[in-house]
Amino acid sequence: MTAYAEIRGAQRVTDRRSRARRAHIWLALLLAAVSVISLTYGASGASLWGALGKMVQGTPLTQTERVVLWDIRLPRLILGICVGAALAVSGAVMQGLFRNPLADPGLVGVSAGAGLGAIAAIVLGAALPLSLMGWIGPWLVPLAAFLGGWSATMVLYRVSTRRGRTSVATMLLAGIALGALTGAVSGILVYIADDAQLRDLTFWGLGSLAGATWTKVMVACPLIVSAILVAGFLGHGLNGLAFGEATAAHMGIPVQRVKNIAILTVAAAIGAAVAVSGGIGFIGIVVPHLLRLATGPDHETLLPNAALLGASLLLIADVISRMIIAPAELPIGIVTAVLGAPIFLWILLRRRGLVDL
Amino acid sequence: MMLQAFDIHVRINGKPILHGADFCARAGQFTAIVGPNGSGKSTLLKAITGEIPFDGQVILNGLNPATLKPWELAAIRGVLPQATTLAFPFTTAEVLRMGLRAGTSGAATALADRALAAVGLAGYGPRFYQELSGGEQQRSQLARVLCQVWDPMVAGIPRWLLLDEPVASLDIGHQLIVMRLLANYAARGGGVVAVMHDLNLSAMFADQMAVVSAGRVTSSGTPSQVMTDDILSDAYHCALRVNTTPQRGQSFVLPHASVA
Repeated sequence: MTAYAEIRGAQRVTDRRSRARRAHIWLALLLAAVSVISLTYGASGASLWGALGKMVQGTPLTQTERVVLWDIRLPRLILGICVGAALAVSGAVMQGLFRNPLADPGLVGVSAGAGLGAIAAIVLGAALPLSLMGWIGPWLVPLAAFLGGWSATMVLYRVSTRRGRTSVATMLLAGIALGALTGAVSGILVYIADDAQLRDLTFWGLGSLAGATWTKVMVACPLIVSAILVAGFLGHGLNGLAFGEATAAHMGIPVQRVKNIAILTVAAAIGAAVAVSGGIGFIGIVVPHLLRLATGPDHETLLPNAALLGASLLLIADVISRMIIAPAELPIGIVTAVLGAPIFLWILLRRRGLVDL
Repeated sequence: MMLQAFDIHVRINGKPILHGADFCARAGQFTAIVGPNGSGKSTLLKAITGEIPFDGQVILNGLNPATLKPWELAAIRGVLPQATTLAFPFTTAEVLRMGLRAGTSGAATALADRALAAVGLAGYGPRFYQELSGGEQQRSQLARVLCQVWDPMVAGIPRWLLLDEPVASLDIGHQLIVMRLLANYAARGGGVVAVMHDLNLSAMFADQMAVVSAGRVTSSGTPSQVMTDDILSDAYHCALRVNTTPQRGQSFVLPHASVA
């Protein structure tokens, strides 16, 4: 390396912290821009600008405009922002907790548990008495998914925590076992499902924001927003965990508390996100990676940036999923996988040195 | 002010590692813990730092460390493990910033630069930790610990450096730099406790030495009290002859002395 390149490299690295702070602003602007696009484009011709113009002039909106903008696109936008942020922040928190840049909520069985809950609700819900269904109807799948994710996390936590200490290795291995088990039970449920349920399951399994309603927003978003706000305080603790649990404790970090909070926030955010949108992959693993490459691994800046970038990327994927075969829709999980998997492989190829730790 | 450990018992996977180890170190002194491989030196240090569960009692500056909050404890003692692997590509400066945040030294970047210079790593701040050599990594971790408890005394209360083999992977030049640094920290009122492999370096720089053998502290005292043929031969299970340097009367032992 020439002296010049060395100086340039030094500048680049010491700049990382301020660059990460500037990224807050750029990513917030990106999210705002993508939100406008998400409200503007869609299968229907209803125009955001037209409706805004009418509101300014005081002209009443047409029924179509009201339904499309208020009842379809706006809840979908809010849900997309929450789910994207939940997936990316949960990924970043899990990676910090497991000290492994390849960790993902999918790995520790949270997503699988939530999935099992949702599948059970779809398949077995039909057997519930009609009176009960009328009562909890729209809440059934979200509720079951959340409970599934939560109980998977609880089982996992019990298995891997002894005398107040969580073994990360045990938790990863137990997560794999739990994932296999919930996958098998889900398989049995799919096997006994009828044709209509199978269609529902397939669509839900690939992930979609298409079913966004205000009810779903009310169910999922408060939980996701509070989980993300709490996770925002984990930055310093997760930085410490990168040194190993013992050293983190010697540096004054309340390690067990950080781990407890990390696990609970991920369970809440992922349970809620999977419930309303199904299995959307790669956001949780690609977003923290991209940010670490650009602005460094400091979790104090990584977590807020992950929320912003995760939300933006999911909205972009959602717009693509709506536009590409309009008026029909592609499940958004297909879009994130098609875009995310090659990016992920490219990162692995380019940065093998940094991943192999 | 002292660091005391009474009747420490540690079992790891049912196997007793320490049985009834007593240990004492004074602030203002450099205390070296020596002993053969597997004798329990590092385990004793881990019990003292609270890293592993143990039976017995540890008292630091008159307090039971277990009753302090992690951040309160971090403000009075820094701990250097044998080796530290980092999970993400942090730079050396970012590693040191964790030390600044941990202690009460305040987040002064100038302090990080001084700490790096003190361990012979001036200008290494922007380098990636993972790209440093083993010895450089160990020294940058020592610099991080120094940032955490930079001033040896705060409001008349000593702070402590608890170090597991701080010079094991260093070349002889850097060994001397680090040992002088530690002796100086003790001379300014701080407490230094280091697990050491090198008997001669320990004898040169430490004020006190404690020999750990088969799970107990078998002898302790000044280097000249501990560095005797009998004590070392017993502890290391081989015949060793201790000599003294002609000018300063410092004890030393050479490997070939055991042959004769």
